[in-house]
Amino acid sequence: MAGTQVNPTRMELTRLKRKLVTAVKGHRLLKDKRDELMREFLDLVRENMALRLKVEEGIKKANSNFVLAKAGMSEETLRTALMAPKQEINLNVDKKNVMSVDIPVFNYKTRTADENDIYSYGFAFTSGDLDGAVLSLADILPDMMKLAETEKACQLMAAEIEKTRRRVNALEHVIIPDTQKGIRYITMKLDENERSTQVRLMKVKDMVLKQAHNYS
Amino acid sequence: MYKIAVMGDYDSIYGFAAIGLTTFPVTPGEEAVKTLRTVADSGYGIIYMTEELASSMKKEISRYADRLTPAIILIPGVKGNTGDGVQGVKNSVEQAVGSDILFGDDK
Repeated sequence: MAGTQVNPTRMELTRLKRKLVTAVKGHRLLKDKRDELMREFLDLVRENMALRLKVEEGIKKANSNFVLAKAGMSEETLRTALMAPKQEINLNVDKKNVMSVDIPVFNYKTRTADENDIYSYGFAFTSGDLDGAVLSLADILPDMMKLAETEKACQLMAAEIEKTRRRVNALEHVIIPDTQKGIRYITMKLDENERSTQVRLMKVKDMVLKQAHNYS
Repeated sequence: MYKIAVMGDYDSIYGFAAIGLTTFPVTPGEEAVKTLRTVADSGYGIIYMTEELASSMKKEISRYADRLTPAIILIPGVKGNTGDGVQGVKNSVEQAVGSDILFGDDK
């Protein structure tokens, strides 16, 4: 054991033995936790990547639509058209517990009952391209919400997995071997003490006998 | 009840206002950091941020990494995709597994 001093006493021995039992049990539990987290994480992160690619593609398309729309009308008209949004989104955040990691669940409600009620302008002064652009953005909104949910969950789980992995490794490679070493050291020391006591007793017995009866 | 924010340069985000998200047009810099802090603490559950803006304040964003809300999600801006969003997903795989075993090949 690197530098740490263990008292070779029975009390210390019992303490270390108890510690070892806890450490082994904890190690097993944490290892299970890590494996399960990893399984969930890998599924989730695949979904995350797929969603991200889809959303990025969608936003790219929407952006080019907006550029087109902007080209077809004056800047002022565009700004005025989008100045007072009709629609509003209210987000409800629940949390779900996956292996002791809280991950968010996003539910959203639009303010107006009709989800497609997204055009905050009269159609007289704006170009038709703007309608298409706004629609293309509205279409990817559900995916964007899903992306936010999975991506945040992935981040939180990744952090938790890292933490758990470190704990598992620390237990496996440091705490458990150290404790075992300590236990071995104390048992050896106690055995050694016992032997030396025995030898001393025999020696004393010899000396006493010699003194009393004068034979060896 | 939470709301959803979008941060980035005006040209990249003005469209989101139409579908009901709150937009915060900012340019990278001191002002953006301040805006992020106010937005994060005033009841926004999700903050969509352009990759361009996010790359200028990574440290600020990492402060919210271990909180449940707000979830800061990168989106490509009007100038194109920098790949930071995909890189973020790869980073979390790397953090969890130790090395990127899933998406290492592509790109």
